[in-house]
Amino acid sequence: MVDKDISEKKANYLKSMKIFDYIIPILSVVAGLLVGAIFMKIIGADPIEAYKVLWSSSFGSMRGFSEMLVNTIPLIFTGLAVAFGFRIGLFNIGGDGQFLIAYLASAYIGFLFQLPMYFHLPLAVLAGILAGGVWGGFAGYLKATLGVHEVITTIMMNYIALYFVGYMASGPLKAQGGLPATPKIFDSAKLPRLMTGLRLHWGIFLAIGAAILIYYILWKTPLGYEVRATGQNSDAAEFGGINVAKNLMLAMFISGALAGLAGTSQALGLEYRAYQPFGFIGYGFTGIAVALVGKSHPLGVVLGALLFGVLARGAMMMQSMVGVPKEVVQIIQASIIIFVASEYIFKYLVRKWRERKGDVIDAS
Amino acid sequence: MLASLAALLSTTLRMATPLILASLGGMFSESSGVINIALEGIMLIGAFTAMAGSYFVGPWFGVLAAVIVGMLVALVHAIASITFRADQIVTATAINIFATGITGFLLRLIFGDAGQSPSVQDVGTWTLPGINKIPFIGDVIGTQIPFVYIALILVAVSYWVLFKTPFGLRLRSVGEHPAAADSVGINVFKMRYIAVIMSGFFAGLAGASLSVGLLDLFVKNMASGRGFIALAAMIFGKWTPHGALMAALLFGFADALQMLAQTLGLTFVPRQFLLMAPYILTILALAGVVGRSTPPAADGEPYIKEEV
Repeated sequence: MVDKDISEKKANYLKSMKIFDYIIPILSVVAGLLVGAIFMKIIGADPIEAYKVLWSSSFGSMRGFSEMLVNTIPLIFTGLAVAFGFRIGLFNIGGDGQFLIAYLASAYIGFLFQLPMYFHLPLAVLAGILAGGVWGGFAGYLKATLGVHEVITTIMMNYIALYFVGYMASGPLKAQGGLPATPKIFDSAKLPRLMTGLRLHWGIFLAIGAAILIYYILWKTPLGYEVRATGQNSDAAEFGGINVAKNLMLAMFISGALAGLAGTSQALGLEYRAYQPFGFIGYGFTGIAVALVGKSHPLGVVLGALLFGVLARGAMMMQSMVGVPKEVVQIIQASIIIFVASEYIFKYLVRKWRERKGDVIDAS
Repeated sequence: MLASLAALLSTTLRMATPLILASLGGMFSESSGVINIALEGIMLIGAFTAMAGSYFVGPWFGVLAAVIVGMLVALVHAIASITFRADQIVTATAINIFATGITGFLLRLIFGDAGQSPSVQDVGTWTLPGINKIPFIGDVIGTQIPFVYIALILVAVSYWVLFKTPFGLRLRSVGEHPAAADSVGINVFKMRYIAVIMSGFFAGLAGASLSVGLLDLFVKNMASGRGFIALAAMIFGKWTPHGALMAALLFGFADALQMLAQTLGLTFVPRQFLLMAPYILTILALAGVVGRSTPPAADGEPYIKEEV
């Protein structure tokens, strides 16, 4: 009886800890915004005023709303990419490289030939998926076959992609004229705009579709089960007959493909060509923040991407309207990551507090 | 011909210097079992601090400030990843994003312009008397920015510390097998704290070498991936100071060649290929194509002390 009592207490305790999965991201966002407010105070700006501008720049007008969603699209993709990696226990820090490779690949298919749209557009999207997938999958391959840490590989692959795309866009694939960019893609490869005059494009449907698909894969398919089982305990998964090596490669392919779709939607939905990059836009890195805030759940990722989409949209407006340097958004972003990542502190404190109350003895 | 070769090698040394310094930092951290991909961000903050220090006081004050601030930022990484067991990659990523934000923020705040700082006084150059008279060698290493000499000396010192002192042995044992180290009375947490803070020292110094050594100003995002190349040099050099030195020199040579080719308008090989060479070589090294690189066994794993 006593045993049962303890295990029941333990179950209750773990259940009560579960709620932190929701509370911690929200607290972290609030704390991050507070850190931002402190920096604004330091330079003598009014944080309330600034955050009002932040809000209205996304929700105050149709155009603002559209621009905010345009910022959100790539973040949903890169957030899903990181989240999917997290689920199997991999850290895909190479979203920026996968983004660029897919960006180039989609633009390439886009300008290479003219085809009927129902064929051309899917083909250009597919090119991005494959390019990003292979770029990410290579890191998975090295991890699975040689045990090379995927963080190091994907960092290196980021820079290889940066210079490779730069070379292609300013060299072999460069369009006539002075611009270091590929030729423009044909209309048949463009992701259509939702409304005339606004930049919001069909990429938003692709992104939401991807989120639903990833949810489905993770919780409704054998692959998803294996991915999650491997992420929980890869030795046990292996012992239970799961081919961990194969799943690592596949997961990195899917993760890379997702990040690639961010580049694809950039090329096919916004820029209609691939420019020589002069650095990383940072969608891959922001995707890490998105996945953390979203607790690696597709729905959480969409919400997290919206949050960072709003912040990105508001950064410029806060600078021009209330004189808050736009870099404050990066400070907020970094703070949020630190807070979410330090959830151990929250849990540690709660456990100490409960221990003192004599509630639960051991629940590690 | 010989003169331009000397110039090329001299540039190689200069370009390799930030990489040497930062890779030594990464090496100490990883030897103790803590991955530090925040080198990039700490370098950036160090570069800004050194520039600001030079602007307000003087160049060497700037260097000192950069080193101290570098250690403080590394301390944050240490607290989060050692004490609070936060994911080391996540914390470091946050630091990297924070570094971009805070340096851009302060740049705009202090100097108004968002792109770069005004010119400040740099640390100048040192000349090795005697050596600078030797033909060729004198041209390569006789007169250099002080950071070149500092970096070379620190390579030797690091080798000695890591492989010839009890401290180094303890540090490496903590990175290879923390539980075993703990059982013989080594304080794992303390060793890791020291190592991570040391990495901040080196990365801060590397940053200073950019803004008051190679250049005399701060440019937004001026680390531009050097922290990651330093990581690559550390891996390529198999986590040893002399290996990192050779790797950094190789990468610095690729960089110098790329700059020279650009100045002379040479296009025998696209400059992007030279720029990506360090990263490709590192992946090849990790894959075992050019001598397998194996990290410390407990690299990246938080240590949880067993309760007795």
